[in-house]
Amino acid sequence: MIQHVTDPVLEVHDLTVSYQRKPVLWDVDLTLPKQALVGVIGPNGAGKSTLIKAVMGLLPLNSGYVELFGKPLNEVRRKVSYVPQRESVDWDFPASALDVAMMGTYGQLGLFKRPGSREKKLAMEALEKVGMQDFANRQISQLSGGQQQRVFLSRALAQDADLYLMDEPFAGVDIATETAIIELLRQMRDAGKTVVVVHHDLQSAQDYFDWIILLNMRLVASGPTAQTLTPALLEKTYGGRLTELSRVSELLHKQNFPIRETKPTRKK
Amino acid sequence: MNIDAFWIIFTGALVAICCSLLGCFLILRRMAMVGDAISHAVLPGIVLAFLFSGSREIWTMLIGAAALGVVCTFLIEFLHKKVNVQADASIGVTFTWLFALGIILISVYAGQVDLDQDCVLYGEIAYVPLDIWLTESGMNLGPRTVWIMGGVMLVILLFISLFYKELYLTSFDPAFAAAIGISTTLWYYLLMGAVSLTTVAAFESVGAILVVALMVGPPATAYLLTDNLKKMLVISAVLGIVSSAAGFYLALWLNGSVAGAISVVIGVQFTLAFVFSPTHGLISRRRTSSPGRTNLPKEDTTTIEPAL
Repeated sequence: MIQHVTDPVLEVHDLTVSYQRKPVLWDVDLTLPKQALVGVIGPNGAGKSTLIKAVMGLLPLNSGYVELFGKPLNEVRRKVSYVPQRESVDWDFPASALDVAMMGTYGQLGLFKRPGSREKKLAMEALEKVGMQDFANRQISQLSGGQQQRVFLSRALAQDADLYLMDEPFAGVDIATETAIIELLRQMRDAGKTVVVVHHDLQSAQDYFDWIILLNMRLVASGPTAQTLTPALLEKTYGGRLTELSRVSELLHKQNFPIRETKPTRKK
Repeated sequence: MNIDAFWIIFTGALVAICCSLLGCFLILRRMAMVGDAISHAVLPGIVLAFLFSGSREIWTMLIGAAALGVVCTFLIEFLHKKVNVQADASIGVTFTWLFALGIILISVYAGQVDLDQDCVLYGEIAYVPLDIWLTESGMNLGPRTVWIMGGVMLVILLFISLFYKELYLTSFDPAFAAAIGISTTLWYYLLMGAVSLTTVAAFESVGAILVVALMVGPPATAYLLTDNLKKMLVISAVLGIVSSAAGFYLALWLNGSVAGAISVVIGVQFTLAFVFSPTHGLISRRRTSSPGRTNLPKEDTTTIEPAL
């Protein structure tokens, strides 16, 4: 089930990517609509992060091409924002939350221009959107995992792009932060942006996304959530492993066990 | 203070500023030993430059050394990125191999080459005032090294102040930098070029060991004292200047090696910071009894109300 759209925000054509001659993505061909919250779903090692990195031009492509807003990446870089995995950077780096948010404005500054008061204001606004304004001057190693993730999001917001590509923004954050982040992403979508999110959890995918990409090295499906999150297509994506998975989660549901650990939220 | 003492301390301070500023970016990229690598890897370059030109003229030597410095950083990057060897291992393999090549060249052409490892590794900062730059009319312009290092320092200061934001971003998050169109490879080579330039210009007068000490010691000390990169740059430059002055007088008092004494002062500075640093020191950490750099509870107690 691969549904194509006309006038796509993102077009991936015949994409093949490999690490050391071992293919990770094989012949992926998809288009994404404007104003959508897109989930990239698949098992570990399915090439979800690779797909996003390939779109951002961070990996050499073996074949195919990627077009954003109908143009190659280099012409529209300012309209595209990328949120890497949180573990990809050293959080002991001498930087404050504000410094990181400010990096989102670097793309618009030229080679020689230094960030000034305008950039600082943009970064503060971005931090406010994710509720981190009170932590602006705190060193990033002194933030919790969820707060670090929100700082990463604020950096993307400061870019003020039209297409956002996020690599596992929900990894290692508690349920309260996850809810807040998804609320923020919905508002971004309603404001006309397209947000592509690499996601792990099948249960929540149903609620979160209105467009789903199912990936397992090859593209299994790409289309509206209702038509893609079907047992048959999930079976095809996850292979035999899904039956085990779904049985476990069914059991959990019946027994009323929480699917994931939640932190007790503290009252203000 | 006599004029010779002034020139020695001044040279030390110039070298210290260049090395410690660049060192800040190197340790944050976990490539602290690149200075060590370059200072050793230049040896075959110097020998080859001598063999080809037949002269021991300083500019020929510097060009030979700089060429090999660049080759060294290319090899490190190649082994790390293309062959997938760890960064530290690729540094280690590259410079030991190049240095050994230099040693073999020296031993094969021992009869013809008036060079030895000692003058490369342990250049003597105390001899700085002896090498005076005289104009044709005989005017005394001060030690030649001061002019060379002064020029290098200007280049480094200009480089870091103009391109601070690029160096900062590519050191912290290369993937994001690449995504917004800032080439990580370009800035890696520009930084390595600056390290190469500094090392080559400095080792001839102050010796490789001191270059390495200044490139790692003050930045590592400053890292323990602040959480802000700009402050870290300033603090490490100041620490470097202090160590070259204090080291000179320590050497005078002990009647020992100046480079050795400067390195010892750097070590003392680091130990003091390690024990007494208000944020990351041994004592303050024990008092708050929380491990690592973090001294605040890592708990998410904020509520967020997203608004767009």
